[in-house]
Amino acid sequence: MSVVEANLDHDIHAHDEHEHHEELNFWRKYIFSEDHKVIAKQYMITGIFWAIIGAAMSIIFRLQLGFPGANLSWLKPILGKWITDTGALDPNFYLALVTMHGTIMVFFVLTAGLSGTFSNFLIPLQIGARDMASGFLNMLSFWLFFVSGLLMFVSIFIETGPAAGGWVIYPPLSALPKAHMGSEMGMTLWLASMAIFIMSSLLGSLNYITTVINLRTRGMTFTRLPLTIWAFMITAVLGVISFPVLLSAALLLIFDRHFGTSFYLSEIYIDGEALPNVGGSPILFQHLFWFLGHPEVYIVLLPALGITSEIIATNSRKPIFGYRAMIASIMAIAFLAFIVWAHHMFVTGMNPFLGSIFMFLTLIIAVPSAVKAFNYITTLWRGNIVFTPAMLFSIGLVSLFVSGGLTGIILGNSALDIQLHDTYFVVAHFHIVMGAASAFGFFAGIYHWYPKMFGRMLNNTQGQIHFWLTFAGVYLVFMPMHYVGIAGFPRRYYQFTGFDFTKSFTDLNMFISVAAIFTFFAQFIFLWNFFYSMFKGKVAPQNPWKSNTLEWTTPVNVGHGNWVGEIPAVYRWPYDYSKPGSEVDFIPQNIPHSQTPESNFPHENEYIAQEKEIEAQNYNDQFAAH
Amino acid sequence: MVYLVGILLVVLLGVAIAIAAKLQKVMKGVQPENQDDMPVPNNKVNGALWIVFLILGTIGVVASYWSAKDYFLPEASSPHGRETDSQFWFDMSLLTIAFFAVNFLLFFFSWRYQYKKGYKATFYPENHKLELIWTAVPAVIMAVLVFLGFRTWTQIMADAPADSQVIEIMGKQFGWIVRYGGVQDNKLGNYNYKLISSDNEMGIDYSDEASMDDFINPSEMHVEVGKPVLLKIRARDVLHSVYIPHMRVKMDAVPGMPTKFWFIPDKSTAQMRAELNNPNFDYEIACTEVCGRGHFAMKLRLIVEDKAAVDTWKQQQKPQLSLILESNPKFISKIPEKLRAKAMDYAPYVEEATDSTTAESGSAAATSASLR
Repeated sequence: MSVVEANLDHDIHAHDEHEHHEELNFWRKYIFSEDHKVIAKQYMITGIFWAIIGAAMSIIFRLQLGFPGANLSWLKPILGKWITDTGALDPNFYLALVTMHGTIMVFFVLTAGLSGTFSNFLIPLQIGARDMASGFLNMLSFWLFFVSGLLMFVSIFIETGPAAGGWVIYPPLSALPKAHMGSEMGMTLWLASMAIFIMSSLLGSLNYITTVINLRTRGMTFTRLPLTIWAFMITAVLGVISFPVLLSAALLLIFDRHFGTSFYLSEIYIDGEALPNVGGSPILFQHLFWFLGHPEVYIVLLPALGITSEIIATNSRKPIFGYRAMIASIMAIAFLAFIVWAHHMFVTGMNPFLGSIFMFLTLIIAVPSAVKAFNYITTLWRGNIVFTPAMLFSIGLVSLFVSGGLTGIILGNSALDIQLHDTYFVVAHFHIVMGAASAFGFFAGIYHWYPKMFGRMLNNTQGQIHFWLTFAGVYLVFMPMHYVGIAGFPRRYYQFTGFDFTKSFTDLNMFISVAAIFTFFAQFIFLWNFFYSMFKGKVAPQNPWKSNTLEWTTPVNVGHGNWVGEIPAVYRWPYDYSKPGSEVDFIPQNIPHSQTPESNFPHENEYIAQEKEIEAQNYNDQFAAH
Repeated sequence: MVYLVGILLVVLLGVAIAIAAKLQKVMKGVQPENQDDMPVPNNKVNGALWIVFLILGTIGVVASYWSAKDYFLPEASSPHGRETDSQFWFDMSLLTIAFFAVNFLLFFFSWRYQYKKGYKATFYPENHKLELIWTAVPAVIMAVLVFLGFRTWTQIMADAPADSQVIEIMGKQFGWIVRYGGVQDNKLGNYNYKLISSDNEMGIDYSDEASMDDFINPSEMHVEVGKPVLLKIRARDVLHSVYIPHMRVKMDAVPGMPTKFWFIPDKSTAQMRAELNNPNFDYEIACTEVCGRGHFAMKLRLIVEDKAAVDTWKQQQKPQLSLILESNPKFISKIPEKLRAKAMDYAPYVEEATDSTTAESGSAAATSASLR
């Protein structure tokens, strides 16, 4: 749209919309849609699909770890030749399961599923935009993700199995098909899939950033953005900076695998033959991988924290405590995320001095993280808390974020990491702080915005039961795992019978497996609720949680373009809950201060003068110009 | 045992089911009432559940720790290991306090400030002083922890003492091979990965004189108690990681990039057997970097004993050169001419055998020394 058009009077725009409506056919409306809400739902459904697969895989390898030697023949119909004739799980496939579980959960569920769903859904709705900056790129982003998932899915079924060198795919293991069955065709597909995934992620991230910067409605200054949007935007920035590095790492690995280069290979003797490659460094790959890999942790966690901020404020009926401190800590975490990657590499033979530096930088992250945790808790203090399922999951998230984050202080200490590196202590740590916490963010988001997505309510009671079972389940699975780690059990072991020091804890491992299975099945409550309510749920009111943000000013069933008529202007921050003097306990962002003289603070009365100015502002209403 | 934990799970499950049943009932009873009053059903029940979770969780954490701690690794058998352990437990105790405190506040506030009809939440958007305090306090604590960690880390990663026992350990799919400098020069010779063959598994370079008496062992490493050990670590095919849990030692083995780690094993195997009251105890070396199908079974025994015992064991080991020449006499042609005479010292001396030791598998190295 041109500047001239944007300058037109807004009343005219409202009329223009009616001419804009043209019924899209089924394919354009639901499959190759450019509507951010449909794309968000596509991401969500795909994410849930992958979550089921990823979680089911973990159940299979937990069976192996909890019940070593058990007869798994009953899995033969699904796993085929990966179950031997004696009913044992093939060790190669065990590693494949571990690898796929990690890859699927980190990238497909918690990156694409979480950011893809909520960034797409909420950014336009909460900043007051008709859609994303580029609907086409957005569609492309989803379908690239879909293709990437398809490749990964295919790789599960091939003769030699999927990639199996751990989700970190360290070369030379991943570079040498002779070294490992999982490094054959499965690895090729993994790399192809990830390359496409990265493109998808970049398109998505660029779109999010552009949209937030350019398409905010009148009056929506950066300091009036909900914390969700801050978190999504900074997450997108992290992705844009770090994912290309993973792409380069993957490309070099592809060269090493197929074109005889030696980026990561040096002095290798394998399968009766000394390879000609010299001069490469496997450590180089680790640096490149973790340059993405560590920010990735925050790419999955920050959106969850953003969602939580919004939900906790709404359901405590209180402003989020320390709004600016929350933004500052998101930025601090994001910045630090880039300069701590080598704490994954303390014992790789990296220069010990680097280890000292990275320990220092890593432990600094504890400070902004602590600020966030304390701010959440203070937000609860003297609130009037409503335990919607979303609220329960958000409080649960804070608990997991704290419990899991604390052990990070141990692992970030290079001296202590010597013993704990690659043990179950690490597994316990990151599953709580990033895996479960982010998954809780996903659940919280779905419970909170489901009414906006589908125009119907989820069943609250089922949601509450789902929460308590999952919350207990997560702690029951991962708390005992710390003990296994302190006892020195290495991760990615097919079984623990080979060593004397891993002979103990057989019953604890069994306990963990039982708890994992229990938690897995608890998720079916959610699945039932999710699909049942889509058709039979109670019809949602316009603003079921009495929330302040703009998405609740849209109609119950949001159409193309989100708002009928003009996009509302924004006059205040999103956290005016329980404001002194106000009769209602929430004042949405689109209510001008001139309408709330009873609750305005002295300095806010000055804003009244600016209201006319805000209303007169030009803004990018994509529908306005036609 | 962990039965306690098991019982806890059952209890929790029971509670969960009871609550689920109750929730359903409560919901049925409450639903007809006005929706404006209570935005969601069961607010009270959920509020109470935070306290239930807090209590059960605290009991669970304490009890499970109590039952699990007997199965943790015994006290470290190396000074640096005891140092990192004590630091671990120091950090851990600080973190446990934080863990209980923060979760307590979170759960307690959730219960305490649950929705009450007619109550208005306190509008409390910021308090700079409070924020400053809880930024500064973690920062100071972190500074202390970084300092402690830094000190320990620097000590551990410092250069090995000059009198260390130098042992090379090489990871391969799927096992370890250790190499000693031999009993004559006690010096590790060069190696080159291109020389690796089924005869010469570590690619020992016999154009280096120091290599001649080197012996290797694929199942055991013997070290002298109380004396520093310097491990020179390398990998033949893919990444591996040398992990000696009881010594708190871990370092990756990287193809093309030798790494090292030194430590002092100050408790002998015999001493550990007595302390743990377990006559079968053995130190073990494992792999902690996923390396393929057999990753979980890359085991090497580590025997810590006194000097005399280590020396005897070393005497019993045949230099690899002897073993190679025994099975493949033509190998001598691969050795540079000027060193062949010396290499022949290590050849099996079937022809020129004098009297005693041919039949015994004993000490080729010792005999060849006596021949000179």
